[in-house]
Amino acid sequence: MKLADLTHSAGEWLRGAGPMHDVVISSRIRLARNLAAVPFLTQCTEQQQQDLERRLRDDILAAGIARNVLYVDIPAAGELDRKLLVERHLISRQHAEAPHPRGVALNCDETAAIMINEEDHLRIQVLRSGLDLRDAVGEINRLDDLLEGRLDYAYHVQYGYLTACPTNVGTGLRVSVMLHLPALKMTGEIEKAFRAAHDMRLAIRGLYGEGTEASGDFFQVSNQTTLGKTEEQIVEEFLAEMIPQFIEYERRARQALLTSRATAIDDKVQRSLALLRSCRLISSDETMYLLSLVRLGVNVERVRDVDLKTINELFLLTQPAHLQKITDKELSGKQRAEVRATYIRARLGTN
Amino acid sequence: MKQQCDKCGKPATVHLTEIADGQKVEKHLCEDCAASEGITVKASLPISQLLEDFIFQSGSQESSPEMTCDVCGLTFSQFRERGQLGCPNDYDAFAAPLRPMLQRAQEGATQHIGKVPRRAGTSQKKQNAVLRLRSELKAAVSAEDYERAADLRDRIKELEES
Repeated sequence: MKLADLTHSAGEWLRGAGPMHDVVISSRIRLARNLAAVPFLTQCTEQQQQDLERRLRDDILAAGIARNVLYVDIPAAGELDRKLLVERHLISRQHAEAPHPRGVALNCDETAAIMINEEDHLRIQVLRSGLDLRDAVGEINRLDDLLEGRLDYAYHVQYGYLTACPTNVGTGLRVSVMLHLPALKMTGEIEKAFRAAHDMRLAIRGLYGEGTEASGDFFQVSNQTTLGKTEEQIVEEFLAEMIPQFIEYERRARQALLTSRATAIDDKVQRSLALLRSCRLISSDETMYLLSLVRLGVNVERVRDVDLKTINELFLLTQPAHLQKITDKELSGKQRAEVRATYIRARLGTN
Repeated sequence: MKQQCDKCGKPATVHLTEIADGQKVEKHLCEDCAASEGITVKASLPISQLLEDFIFQSGSQESSPEMTCDVCGLTFSQFRERGQLGCPNDYDAFAAPLRPMLQRAQEGATQHIGKVPRRAGTSQKKQNAVLRLRSELKAAVSAEDYERAADLRDRIKELEES
């Protein structure tokens, strides 16, 4: 398995299936773990960071977490490969850009990724398509058990799993559900939904997580509390309360738009599809905007000749690093606009 | 005519009337002299800074002198700057000031009730002892005291395997 093999498809979690896939793009769970008896990263010497990277890499590869595991030594990988991993949500931006020894281990369908030397010694992540948190929490627990069989984690009787930042202490568990909420955005009700989320102590972020603005129609909802609840409680709160509400609000808003403004919605959706099918130059931002509207059209069955999987893949494959990987060329922004347009036309069927 | 500072003759900006023992005393001071007399604080200091300083001072009074983790060497103010702790022992070293911060961040919770590692038998004491020995080892190596370093290495190994 090579990194280059990843570039032509979108990874299992973007296949556009799974429960509630009309609103929920993906479910992600991550665990923060640190070794006992080793300082957290900011207080490590470079030698200690190097030792950690080697040791954890060997242990992950020996733990048998999946049949095929790809390990990427991040500093040794090229800039383009690092950006590719960020675009695929397999590593964080900070992890791509940090100066110290670090890496990531992936299984071949990209449903699991383990970052070494990010903010904590280990960041274990499991991704699923649609709303599938119970399955994800089961899988992450299995991975954690496998690693724990070889590693001594820093653990405190009162505070649980110890993490570099106290906001992750306890379970070290962060759930993030990525939602597509175009109708709530259009009707202006999204602010109300966000306020309800904040009241429930959930954080709302943009497409690429921490530090990215919640712009466009895609939002990540995640828990802020990691201590004083079990892993299952955190997940069940998502499944029982907040996420069903978001789904319900969004579906209702879609229906309301179709009832009161059907022609206007059709116009928006069909124009978007027509633009994507006939453009010769297109930016990444415009692509996202138009694809979001087409995705809405597919979900409310006003667009029938495009499937959700293609749309989801296009979100990913039209991003800068992916385009350059697909064409195997370094491209300027201007060149990318042309290559992007050509690629989209090929995938959607050109006019 | 502009009032001059009683002390240095510069234009006065602070005017104070005090009544002491039935006697009215007027003071006229410039900004600098008023500040050095302790009557005012430099006006250029924004109010938010004043508040911050006050909070910081009152916070550090409880925890003065500066708290330092004897395992990783991180000070509490370094943690406040970076937002990241230096080693597992910090949770005990900074227990008092961390507790209210944790409660704020964690909906009031202070006790983990989730998963427990199967190997949690490794006691906190042992974890911290190894950490402490490692930092001593680091110091011994940089001081080129290889005899001591070898001894420390053996002790770490012994503890880890026990």
